[in-house]
Amino acid sequence: MRIHLHALWLSLAAATTFASPAISADLSITCRCVEGGVNSELAAWVKKSVIPGFTKMKGDAVKVTLTEFAGSDEQLTQQLALDFSTGAGPDVAGFDGFLIPSFVEGGLLKPLDELAGDAVAKWDGWSHITEGAKALMSYQGKPYGLSLGTDVRVIFVRADLLKEAGIDPATWQPTSWNELLDTARALKAKKPDSFPLQINAGVPMGEATTMQGYWMALLGTGEQVTDDKGRYIVSSQGILDTLNLYKTIYVDEKLGDQRAQLLGDGRNRTFANFRDGKTAMLLESDWFYRSVTAPGSEFAVEDRDQVVTWAKMPAKEPGKGIRGQDFVTISGGTGFVLNPSTDEKELAWELLAFMNSKEQLAEFQKYEPRIRIRDDVEIADAPFLAETSQALMPLTTARPNDAKYNAVSAEIQRMTEAVVSGELSPEDAMSRYRDAVTRIVGEENTVSLL
Amino acid sequence: MKSFSLLSRGTGVAFLTPAGLLIGAFVIAPFFWVIYVSFTNRSLLGRTALNPDFVGLANYFSLFDAATFLTRGEFGSSLILTIQFVLLSAVVGQAALGMVLAWMLQSVPRSLKHVTEAVAIGAWILPEVVIAFAWFAFLDYENGTLNMIMEALGFPPGDWLLSFPFWAVVVFNTWRGTAFSMMLFNSAFSSIPPSYFQAADVAGASSWQKFRDIGLPLIRGHVVTDLILITMWSFNVFTPFLLTSGGPSYRTEILPIYTYRIAFRDFDFGKGAAVGVVVMLINLVFALFYLWVMRRRAKGVAA
Repeated sequence: MRIHLHALWLSLAAATTFASPAISADLSITCRCVEGGVNSELAAWVKKSVIPGFTKMKGDAVKVTLTEFAGSDEQLTQQLALDFSTGAGPDVAGFDGFLIPSFVEGGLLKPLDELAGDAVAKWDGWSHITEGAKALMSYQGKPYGLSLGTDVRVIFVRADLLKEAGIDPATWQPTSWNELLDTARALKAKKPDSFPLQINAGVPMGEATTMQGYWMALLGTGEQVTDDKGRYIVSSQGILDTLNLYKTIYVDEKLGDQRAQLLGDGRNRTFANFRDGKTAMLLESDWFYRSVTAPGSEFAVEDRDQVVTWAKMPAKEPGKGIRGQDFVTISGGTGFVLNPSTDEKELAWELLAFMNSKEQLAEFQKYEPRIRIRDDVEIADAPFLAETSQALMPLTTARPNDAKYNAVSAEIQRMTEAVVSGELSPEDAMSRYRDAVTRIVGEENTVSLL
Repeated sequence: MKSFSLLSRGTGVAFLTPAGLLIGAFVIAPFFWVIYVSFTNRSLLGRTALNPDFVGLANYFSLFDAATFLTRGEFGSSLILTIQFVLLSAVVGQAALGMVLAWMLQSVPRSLKHVTEAVAIGAWILPEVVIAFAWFAFLDYENGTLNMIMEALGFPPGDWLLSFPFWAVVVFNTWRGTAFSMMLFNSAFSSIPPSYFQAADVAGASSWQKFRDIGLPLIRGHVVTDLILITMWSFNVFTPFLLTSGGPSYRTEILPIYTYRIAFRDFDFGKGAAVGVVVMLINLVFALFYLWVMRRRAKGVAA
């Protein structure tokens, strides 16, 4: 018996010792990216450019692997939150900037310089990144990661469907919600089984509901989620107007696909609706153009550059938008952060810096043209990106840089779902929202504008 | 009186220690930890992750807040939904249907009985994920098998998972668990001496009379066991999540899914732990009732 036990311990010890070659260091990257699936270009870039390049630079002693995460953004957030809290997880992780405050306050992220020391301050890349771009992945002045770029939100339009309804897509630019709704009504009258307008709502779509849907409407009423002093607005005419817009679209007139808001894979359904010509107007980030409808991906639109055009999201009425604007949009930034409990702190930073080197970002442009955060990376020759950013960057807004925002955003998703499912009236949904947000941030951090 | 023992006391303790330590570390410690966390506002993200405050009974008060108790998506609504789910899918569905099937199996040819048992057990031993996926494919609006059948028969297709989500998970859980009740009742009926039924046949009793006066009274103990077990299982089952994720709009958010949402989607560990404690207490009631019935039965057998 004793001899058997000894043998067992010895073999276990041997197995753990020899399993990892002594010389090498392993690094892992995780992002919501799958070759041939979601964010396919990102996965391809990491696998075909970043990893070979980094391995070449460091020699064979370093082994980098990419874990392609196929779930939703919310599932990845959940995974990373639980991983980081137990000291597990990838060394470098794809991350949405708005989550940084709540992760930092929860002790789940560390500033880059605290992790990797002087090497961070000495990085030559910083001089090519503006303060604004740096802020996308920062909290209280400290960067926790590097953003791949920023984005803007627009109404994506199927020119072919507009033409069929007798509207000239070249000049179509609604200047109020009513004009937007009238176009949707005209298209619906033409094709009763189509869902001409898509403004995201509901819980399953997660932050996509808050960002591409709710914010885009709310900004058009002249309000934001918080007021100038950073207090959360819990009841206001703007919230009611926004919810009533949803009600008109999904409940009263069925101008949008109500099922898609309630089903688990709803967002993909909205993409499919657009691809299949069932939806003519879809509010999305320019990511939709860069990645979702890019040639070769699942929701690629045939003849994209002829068929797909875009328009700015109008305020409720001209001049009624945030800061008195006629048109509104909002920007965010996703990028990569370092796992605070990585075993290879310096090496992980080196990898992150390498990913954001001029050469690698220039290489990334070949996979997915985009406006990069580095000013020394040439802007790709994509008229769409040049036009949208020129038109919308001066109008844009950002989400509150606040640790509670994440939880409030989840309440926004619940509020919109209650309305589009026909469960609650806009008034009742807003009062539930008021109670929930007051619980989350405390009475003193809320304000009522009614 | 000297008690007989196989091992010396010391050896017995030595053998039990590793198991005791494991149970202590993985069952008892988390048990008290959950109770402790339920009195704090501990979360995974945000400030309260590192510096949770002691909030006393606030989490429990928020669960039983009269103003929101019955709002869909809150604890009370979820609890009521769970009770309906258990009554319909476990008591009516699994137990009653299992009973009918088991009774019918008593009077069919042996080969048919074997086939039925095999099919029923198949439904029971398949992994949850596989079954949920199969049901998902069956109920899907656009390409689902059920709607293909409906349309072939000239009926309009139904949007089952959105229009009737609650009934979808009730039918799903019934289908999933009926096999257990059926097998249990089947073997219980088999243990009744055939001569009882033969005598009843001679007296000209109908099947219903045989069931009411001979079958049911003699397997009463099994019925209680079955009801308690399937009630507890259905009360704690998480699988409907794979079908509907608790939606749409919380219409299928039974307590296990509610707990998951609070703790692991909202990352509100304090409140999630409070739900866990309440669920634990409800289960404790079931378990105590079960033990009480078992003791009574054991005594009854002895006497």
